[in-house]
Amino acid sequence: MNTALSWIKAYVPELSCTDQEYTDAMTLTGTKVETYERLDKNLEKIVIGRIEKIERHPDADKLIICQVNIGSEVIQIVTGAPNVKEGDKVPVVLDGGKVAGGHDGGPLPEDGIVIKAGKLRGIESNGMMCSIEELGSSRDMYPEAPELGIYIFPEDAQVGADAVEALGLKDTVFEYEITSNRVDCYSVLGIAREAAATFKKPFIAPKVEVKANNEKVEDYISVEVEDTKLCPRYCARVCTNIKIAPSPKWMQRRLAASGIRPINNLVDITNYVMEEYGQPMHAYDLDTVAGHKIIVRRAKDGDVFQTLDGQMRNLDSEMLMICDAEKEIGVAGIMGGENSKITDDVKTVLFEAATFNGANIRKSAKRLGLRTDASGIFEKGLDPRNAEAAIDRACQLIQELGCGEVVNGMVDVCVPLSELRRIKLDYKRINDLLGTDVSEKEMEEIFERLELTLETNADGGKELVIPSFRQDLEGIADIAEEVARFYGYDKIPMTLPSGEATTGKLSFKLRIEQKARDVAEYCGFSQGMCYSFESPKVFDKLLLDKDDTLRRAITIANPLGEDFSIMRTISLNGMLTSLATNYNRRNKDVRLYELGNIYLPESLPLTKLPEERMQFTLGMYGDGDFFTMKGVVEEFFDGIGMKKNITYDPKAGKNFLHPGRQANIIYEGKVLGFLGEVHPEVCDNYDMKTKAYIAVLDMPEVEPFATFDRKYEGIAKYPSVSRDLSMVVPKDIMVGQIEAMIAQRGGKILEEYKLFDIYEGSQINEGFKSVAYSITFRAKDRTLEEADVSGVMKKILNGLESMGIELRS
Amino acid sequence: MKEKLEQIKSEALRQIEASDALEKLNEVRVNFLGKKGELTSVLKGMKDVAPEDRPKVGQLVNEAREQIESVLEEAIAKMERAKREAQMKAEVIDVTLPAKKSKIGHRHPNTIAMEEIERIFVGMGYEVVEGPEIETDYYNFEALNIPADHPAKDEQDTFYINGDILLRTQTSGTQVHEMEKGKLPIRMIAPGRVFRSDEVDATHSPSFHQIEGLVIDKHITFADLKGTLAEFAKELFGEDTKVKFRPHHFNFTEPSAEMDVSCFKCGGNGCRFCKGSGWIEILGCGMVHPNVLRMSKIDPEKYSGFAFGVGLERVALLKYEIDDMRLLYENDIRFLKQF
Repeated sequence: MNTALSWIKAYVPELSCTDQEYTDAMTLTGTKVETYERLDKNLEKIVIGRIEKIERHPDADKLIICQVNIGSEVIQIVTGAPNVKEGDKVPVVLDGGKVAGGHDGGPLPEDGIVIKAGKLRGIESNGMMCSIEELGSSRDMYPEAPELGIYIFPEDAQVGADAVEALGLKDTVFEYEITSNRVDCYSVLGIAREAAATFKKPFIAPKVEVKANNEKVEDYISVEVEDTKLCPRYCARVCTNIKIAPSPKWMQRRLAASGIRPINNLVDITNYVMEEYGQPMHAYDLDTVAGHKIIVRRAKDGDVFQTLDGQMRNLDSEMLMICDAEKEIGVAGIMGGENSKITDDVKTVLFEAATFNGANIRKSAKRLGLRTDASGIFEKGLDPRNAEAAIDRACQLIQELGCGEVVNGMVDVCVPLSELRRIKLDYKRINDLLGTDVSEKEMEEIFERLELTLETNADGGKELVIPSFRQDLEGIADIAEEVARFYGYDKIPMTLPSGEATTGKLSFKLRIEQKARDVAEYCGFSQGMCYSFESPKVFDKLLLDKDDTLRRAITIANPLGEDFSIMRTISLNGMLTSLATNYNRRNKDVRLYELGNIYLPESLPLTKLPEERMQFTLGMYGDGDFFTMKGVVEEFFDGIGMKKNITYDPKAGKNFLHPGRQANIIYEGKVLGFLGEVHPEVCDNYDMKTKAYIAVLDMPEVEPFATFDRKYEGIAKYPSVSRDLSMVVPKDIMVGQIEAMIAQRGGKILEEYKLFDIYEGSQINEGFKSVAYSITFRAKDRTLEEADVSGVMKKILNGLESMGIELRS
Repeated sequence: MKEKLEQIKSEALRQIEASDALEKLNEVRVNFLGKKGELTSVLKGMKDVAPEDRPKVGQLVNEAREQIESVLEEAIAKMERAKREAQMKAEVIDVTLPAKKSKIGHRHPNTIAMEEIERIFVGMGYEVVEGPEIETDYYNFEALNIPADHPAKDEQDTFYINGDILLRTQTSGTQVHEMEKGKLPIRMIAPGRVFRSDEVDATHSPSFHQIEGLVIDKHITFADLKGTLAEFAKELFGEDTKVKFRPHHFNFTEPSAEMDVSCFKCGGNGCRFCKGSGWIEILGCGMVHPNVLRMSKIDPEKYSGFAFGVGLERVALLKYEIDDMRLLYENDIRFLKQF
């Protein structure tokens, strides 16, 4: 909402403050000023001059030499403007003055343009005559300005006077951010009322008196509302003998400052009243209204209607239409029809000021793809009482501006207006809620400024009567806000909540995630963040089988596009995309991790909320390999107290991983995730010409095994005994199987086993590999004897031999 | 005899003096003090000394030995010191050569900001909780006093799965989940991912993060809200941070406010960063609307509370001067490494 301060001051005449003071004060009472702009920015030393004499320039065909009377003296100005003649009164910027822009109406330079006396083709020029564009405005806002050339003032302009003031540019336009609950503030009167309350100055509403003729409106028009739910009030008035002409300058200036282009008196009046009262109005040419009858009803499915912008619109039975006896003539609250459009030949005008169901207007506008200034206001739900006030104001202006005659009376089809709301006043409750000590008197003053009437009811209790334009005030909490706003949010003290102490903490799940971040970062991985939605094409990129259950993804009904249309069921695409971004930007040795949800539906289409599973995803390329990744996984398990044996099953069955370099991560028999080298074809799909490795841990599976309990187990007191074991192993036996055997047979005294050599090649027969372990034994309670160790070693060796493993001497 | 001892002693001291290596000093030790050394041989010649003189000679020999030993030890110590010094001199390094760093990874700026905020509120006794990212209409809107057909629903550009299930547009639904548990008082914050159908550009993302806060107890006031959030702002942006509360409107709070903090770049004097105003808008907040309390089965006559919501990306972007939101989701390592 943009409004000139001068228009606000028309209703708060005592208002006197700087632009900045106004901005700060209004913002602090809740009418937030976004920005303001002075209309006379960069306009300096500009006066009204009268061209006394025009001569041709001796050396330039297109230039003329003017003698211009600026009141105190006559100065010489050379110009190329084609439109001036002797006697014209024009804006003149004097030597050293400033204008806002160039004559081409292009973007305005920040600091304006300084005008200096000088010579044009050898002839002295001591100033410049200005076009409306040079004054920072446009013909849209000053329709009387010539298309090309100098602005010309009316005859009665006073020579030597300030031209900027005469043009109505000594003003500031404020842009407000109005919150959606304050429908009343989408109007000049609403803001003026707030300004008056903010500055504690009287608010003086416009005096509306309609001088009507002796005719009766009922003789001109009848109104029938079929659907009073969608149209609780319809007011109609008629004006005759319409004479279309430009509206007066003051009205044009106010509209222009609000960003509305002045058109003619009739259009301008409806726009003016919409700005002033926040009530959109519509004007019909009564001669086009068949049967002089208005019927407000729903459209029929499949109807087509031409709106006054010339577009054909498809209607449905949820849309409310304004019709005459024969046909539809407007889409209620959104746009009028081509068939009842006002032309310059209009003789009799029917004014409509109505109240429509906000939600219905909003939905209709959305379905039509036609959101207008009017529908934007109607959809907020308007005060039915305001409709009458606005239509009377419009009629008053018709009469006062000599635009036509007003027919006596108003046709008003209205459901019974609801009584004014009453809120029980509880001063203590307000102070309790705010934490303040505002006196009753002070509160009452605030209520008075806001036009909330204080009444004492039958049993002596106090009640506030809420004016109809404050539909947002529903209960005591709303009243508390009113008190707070005008007492001053800044004056409310700052305290800390008293009462029962509570313990601050993170949930167990969040603590595990924090540990995951710590470990990943210690291991050189940086945290990435990926979107939760992606393209359904990722499943093919990841080579998932056609019937893979991961393809059962939740679809967004209104996505930003196909690439963001499904909720991810696997975290890999985000990680691989991020790695690829880095790869393509030639970043070396990249390690990333992500903590984010996947979304698994129980069934599709979705009938209940899906399962959201947190995934800890690691990805890397460059320095490091499969076993680096495996190391990170084990460091993480160690970090969250998972000290038991982790096993790896190479039959993970992941299509997107290298078939010979992938494994499920298993802990106590449960698969907690997987890791591996990304399948080269998948790398190709992501344009990565490098080996990449990933690991994914399904955190809900990990969580039950995690613990932050720690227990000291003592430091070994007795010496350990080590044995080295060198063996020739059939190639298909994995070291994991050897380790399992050592662990199983090692008994209580087994402390540790460590692979220290693995070798394939010459000296070892085809189909075999050489593997060497160092095994350490220790007892907690004594020094081990040779017999203890050799007994256990024998068991281990027997076990290994049974697997087809041969010992090397 | 005495003369001979003097002679031996001065010869030993001379040789010590003349030694230029540890080995030579060892030789001196052997030659004079060793089993076959000169002093030992003097002792061996004691049998020729008259018995009454023997103690005296013995004493003289011991004195000579002690003297030689002490000079010798000192010479050895000195030489060892010199040797170590020479070694250290040879070991001088160029301390400006590059450091050998462990390659530690970096946290995402969002997470850094989030953990910072969590730390502040956990310190004030708040529990950190989470809610679902895919939500029902009830928790995202209705229970927050945004009924069906309310224009606020349109303002939020919601992604829908179907008529009833949607991607949450705000973390505020977590308030309702927490209140429904029926455990009072409540002091909680709920960080999380939210979604709105905004096209990706420098200042918008269809997916971003909020941190919701909620306090419900007896006698909670707007003054408590102000005090709590002022503390928070000081912790997050520095001790000198000032706050300003402006009236605003949210459906689920009444009275409502927006909080600005004094610009932490210019200290409130006005700069490019705060667009000259000296203030930066940081969060929305208010007293929990009685309707919201009632819907979650809390009696507004007995209990009151406040709620607030912080945009995490907004804080991260401001705090770390990141000028393009897209950087947060590209995961370029050159970006992440800066945090």
